[in-house]
Amino acid sequence: MSDVNARIDAEVKNNDVVLFMKGTPQFPMCGFSGQVVQILSYIGVPFTGVNVLEDQEIREGIKAYSNWPTIPQLYVKGEFIGGCDITREMFQSGELQQLFEEKGIAVKQAS
Amino acid sequence: MAMDAHEIERMIKAALPDAAVEIRDLAGDGDHYAATVTSAAFKGKTRVQQHQMVYAALQGNMGGVLHALALTTAVPQD
Repeated sequence: MSDVNARIDAEVKNNDVVLFMKGTPQFPMCGFSGQVVQILSYIGVPFTGVNVLEDQEIREGIKAYSNWPTIPQLYVKGEFIGGCDITREMFQSGELQQLFEEKGIAVKQAS
Repeated sequence: MAMDAHEIERMIKAALPDAAVEIRDLAGDGDHYAATVTSAAFKGKTRVQQHQMVYAALQGNMGGVLHALALTTAVPQD
């Protein structure tokens, strides 16, 4: 496995919820990344943000890793969930909250 | 660099001949579109797989020439 793939693999396997994004959770640098950060923050699930803008190798490697051409990319327990559209669709239908429950990931439901 | 809506529709239909494709230009810059694609080929596929089928139809333009495509996929009601 190439170096970048191993690095990505470690990231998604060692963290329950990982968001490969442009910018950081505190300062998203792209509307789509920002939308997913808002959804995860609203649900109140802790997550790891990986800023692809700081690492060109990961920025390209992640697209091959998941066979998905764009950023952001959300991973839960090592599984690729989707980009901004799918995450939003799942959030609106309640599937995202259900997924966290099924995977045993604690969420602090926003009041 | 940008793509126009007809080009996107043509490419999707070339790969998914039965697809119904509806495209809205979000920003008027040829770079930000919303598309709804309905095809029987999506039946039994996860959302990620359905979207990957559409991205494959766009032959690498997605994420490059075409910066943003807000995509919704659906299976036709029987």
